[in-house]
Amino acid sequence: MAGKRSILDHVLVPKCRILKEDEVEELLKKYGVSKDSLPKILADDPVVKELGAKKGDVIEFVRNSPISGKALYYRVVV
Amino acid sequence: MVARKTIGMIKFGILSPEMIRKMSTVEVKVAETYDEDGFPIEGGLMDPHMGVADPGLRCKTCGQKMNRCPGHFGRIELVRPVVHSEYARYIEYFLNAFCPKCGRPLVSDQEFTEIVSSHPKKKRLKALAKKGASVKKCPHCGFERTPVRLDKPTNFFEGDRRVWPTEIRERLEKIPDADLERLGFDPKNFRPEWLVLTVLPVPPVTVRPSIVLETGERAEDDLTHKLADIVRINQRLKENIDAGAPQLIIEDLWDLLQYHVTTYFNNETPGAPPARHRSGRILKTVIQRLKGKEGRFRYNLSGKRVNFAGRAVISPDPMLDIDEVGVPEWMARIVTVPLHVTEWNMDEARKYLEAKDYPRALYVVRPDGTRKRVTDTNREELLEELAPGYVIERQVIDGDIVLFNRQPSLHRMSMMALKVRVLPGRTLRIQPAVCPPYNADFDGDEMNIHFLQTKEAQVEARELMLTTKHVISPRYGGPIIGLTKDYITALFLLTLPWTKFTKEQAMDLLYAAGITELPEPDEDGMISGRAIFSMLLPDDLNMKFPSTLGKHLVAVGLADKKGNGPISPITVIENGKLIRGVIDKAAVGTGKGRLLDYMYRRYGEEFTKEFTTRVSRMANRLLYMFGFTNSYHSLKTPEEIDRKIDEIVDRALKKVYEYVDQYNKGKLEPIPGRDVEESLEIYIMVTLSQAEKEVQTLLQRHLLETKLDPVHILDNFAQIFSGARGSFANIKNLMGVQGQAAVREKRPHRGLYQRVISHFKRGDLGPFARGFARRNLRDGLTMDELFFWGMGGRMGEVDKGVSTQITGYYYRRLSNAMMDLLAFPDGTVREVTRDTIVQFTFGDDGLNPQKLRHGEVPLDVLYDEIKAGEKK
Ligand SMILES: [Mg+2]
Ligand SMILES: [Zn+2]
Ligand SMILES: [Zn+2]
Repeated sequence: MAGKRSILDHVLVPKCRILKEDEVEELLKKYGVSKDSLPKILADDPVVKELGAKKGDVIEFVRNSPISGKALYYRVVV
Repeated sequence: MVARKTIGMIKFGILSPEMIRKMSTVEVKVAETYDEDGFPIEGGLMDPHMGVADPGLRCKTCGQKMNRCPGHFGRIELVRPVVHSEYARYIEYFLNAFCPKCGRPLVSDQEFTEIVSSHPKKKRLKALAKKGASVKKCPHCGFERTPVRLDKPTNFFEGDRRVWPTEIRERLEKIPDADLERLGFDPKNFRPEWLVLTVLPVPPVTVRPSIVLETGERAEDDLTHKLADIVRINQRLKENIDAGAPQLIIEDLWDLLQYHVTTYFNNETPGAPPARHRSGRILKTVIQRLKGKEGRFRYNLSGKRVNFAGRAVISPDPMLDIDEVGVPEWMARIVTVPLHVTEWNMDEARKYLEAKDYPRALYVVRPDGTRKRVTDTNREELLEELAPGYVIERQVIDGDIVLFNRQPSLHRMSMMALKVRVLPGRTLRIQPAVCPPYNADFDGDEMNIHFLQTKEAQVEARELMLTTKHVISPRYGGPIIGLTKDYITALFLLTLPWTKFTKEQAMDLLYAAGITELPEPDEDGMISGRAIFSMLLPDDLNMKFPSTLGKHLVAVGLADKKGNGPISPITVIENGKLIRGVIDKAAVGTGKGRLLDYMYRRYGEEFTKEFTTRVSRMANRLLYMFGFTNSYHSLKTPEEIDRKIDEIVDRALKKVYEYVDQYNKGKLEPIPGRDVEESLEIYIMVTLSQAEKEVQTLLQRHLLETKLDPVHILDNFAQIFSGARGSFANIKNLMGVQGQAAVREKRPHRGLYQRVISHFKRGDLGPFARGFARRNLRDGLTMDELFFWGMGGRMGEVDKGVSTQITGYYYRRLSNAMMDLLAFPDGTVREVTRDTIVQFTFGDDGLNPQKLRHGEVPLDVLYDEIKAGEKK
């Protein structure tokens, strides 16, 4: 097999990235919540491991949506 | 300040005899209840220490009167202990898990540790008992033991020797707390010997009040009867023991005591004959009171019942608006709505208070909260004192807002707000166009009505729940309130190109819709149905859409999609005039209903409401003129068609026999992934269903060719053409071939040995032996054809019953799981109770499905609005 392959390149895996500290702050401020109120994702989720995210990190997902094109979703690693 | 507490933990345990005595206020020793003078006997089952059920008497424990005393427990000291029948299983486990002599587990310490670590708390005892049952010798003290067996419901044996509750209790007492803890029990709240009762709690009198019959006799509660039995036998047992009666007699009485205690807890205990009342009625004891749909939990605690509600059979009334409900006068006379008196509505309030008959005030509530019933004697007085701040409770009148609901309430349209119209009769009435959201019909359906009491509730209902706000279903983004059945047929007939009326008839139709102008007559002085219908349309309406009739025509090649055909398959409305095509299901029906859909979005609720009412009144009127019936003769087909049908079916049958022949010779080519038998079935089913489809198409074409003219349209295939009711598949069954009966998507194959019914030879795989009916419903089926059809029909009925139950429960679970999700103004969806975000944008696109059309943005409406200058 030539070259390293990442599960992040799979068509069914939504685009995702770890939010920077200031981005997280902005996000929490926007919705007026703490990290506890965000949807969760397990630390042993393959995508989390691939991204190298640690507990407490917030991951941004860009999902496809039939009408609006893309939809943003945020999940905190637990 | 409201004190709020959160439940952190619930602890379950078993009452100890000590606890039962502590909470007891009196020992019950007498089986009687009341003396000759009707006073409760001291030490009896109605002892006033346990609370009072008669007004006037005072409780001897708390000193309160009937309604203030919460009731207090008493107790019965059992002369001999008895087993608690509901725990007999666990007693058996304990007896087999622990040594009768030393009380230690019947396994080695190492094995015990293993059981504890490999089982969850709930399963440890059972696991230990399973191991211990076969142990002959105690590993701790060396005692030789015999396994204990439970003879249901409550008798224990060691081999043939009966183990009496006294002995059981002694054995259980020996079990050390430490071992119990390791099994997952909390010895403070549970000791196994408490499963053998030495003292029985007697529930307070308030739990089992006696009823005074009209004759003056007292009828005691079932529980009291049962407790009396226990006290009586307990007393007899005591006397016999004291008198030194023979062991056998004592044991008999002991067993009897056990039986009464068993049935006192659960009168449906397997193995114990149910205790009966003198009349032969089976007594309802403790568990029967709590258990099941009519039990305390589901009926009284989870069951919610409210005031100001009514329920009645529903019936249709086309003269109502779609936002109105017909309330029978008798109901309106009973139920009230509050009217808050202010300085601005004093006159109105006085009017209701002065009135002696409907609509009048039934109650007056003073500012201090005291309620007065308005009577002929106190009316003047009340009128005198009436002032702002008072509340008048007046009878329901036209225009009051109510909630109207039909179960099962599967979506939000199952409960909508309507405005009251008080009408004569006994039933609640609705406009038939609101049947679809409720899924209601008038074959005896009943519905619930709630009369809203507060201004907030009324306003909220008016703004959010009115039927006119729910014409479009959020489920599929199309009209769910719309015309159905005969209304569609009528509009179809009305808008056929040849339908014409005299001036008088036209006036009749239009007047029914509340229109007093006539459209321009044609050259021959007649007025076309289309022109009449167009009177209901707004002048600037322009639309173009395929009709249901059009789809049927195109499907058999009688019309093309461009709009050519005997009748235009495309409905065209130009400047508010219907100029081509027909109005049918595709225009005004539920689901698609293009005209309704557009009208609602473009012209709004009021206009759509008006249109629906007018159009249905007009349709009603039209059916009076045309008549509406079916005849056997209209089902006749010309010989040529019959011949063609026979040809199609014969060809298919021949092919089927060829398959069967090949199969029997072992030459049938199997389908990849299937065995030969399966392949044969598939070949046959496909061949036959293709033939049926062919027959259906043939008949569809034939009917559309021959019945779509001014005379034959009255043969009533108009119902199918317009999509109002019935299908061409039904026509195939009626006039063509009934076709293949199917059970679970397969040809019927189960029944007798190698054949389904005895009318065929064994091993016959042919079409007729497996449920193909080549006759039709018009000519009649043979008995075997009918029988096969019945098999399929039965399966359908069973499936329907089962799947409604299953889906109903799925829905319940889903809605319970989602009930506290809320869409917030910032677009997020959050779980309110836990302050958690579930979606950052509602539905990931922030769109309200009710505002969409079948999931897409209705741009045509926006375009037309901009073009008309209504929006920028
Ligand atoms: Mg019904
Ligand atoms: Zn009391
Ligand atoms: Zn022992």
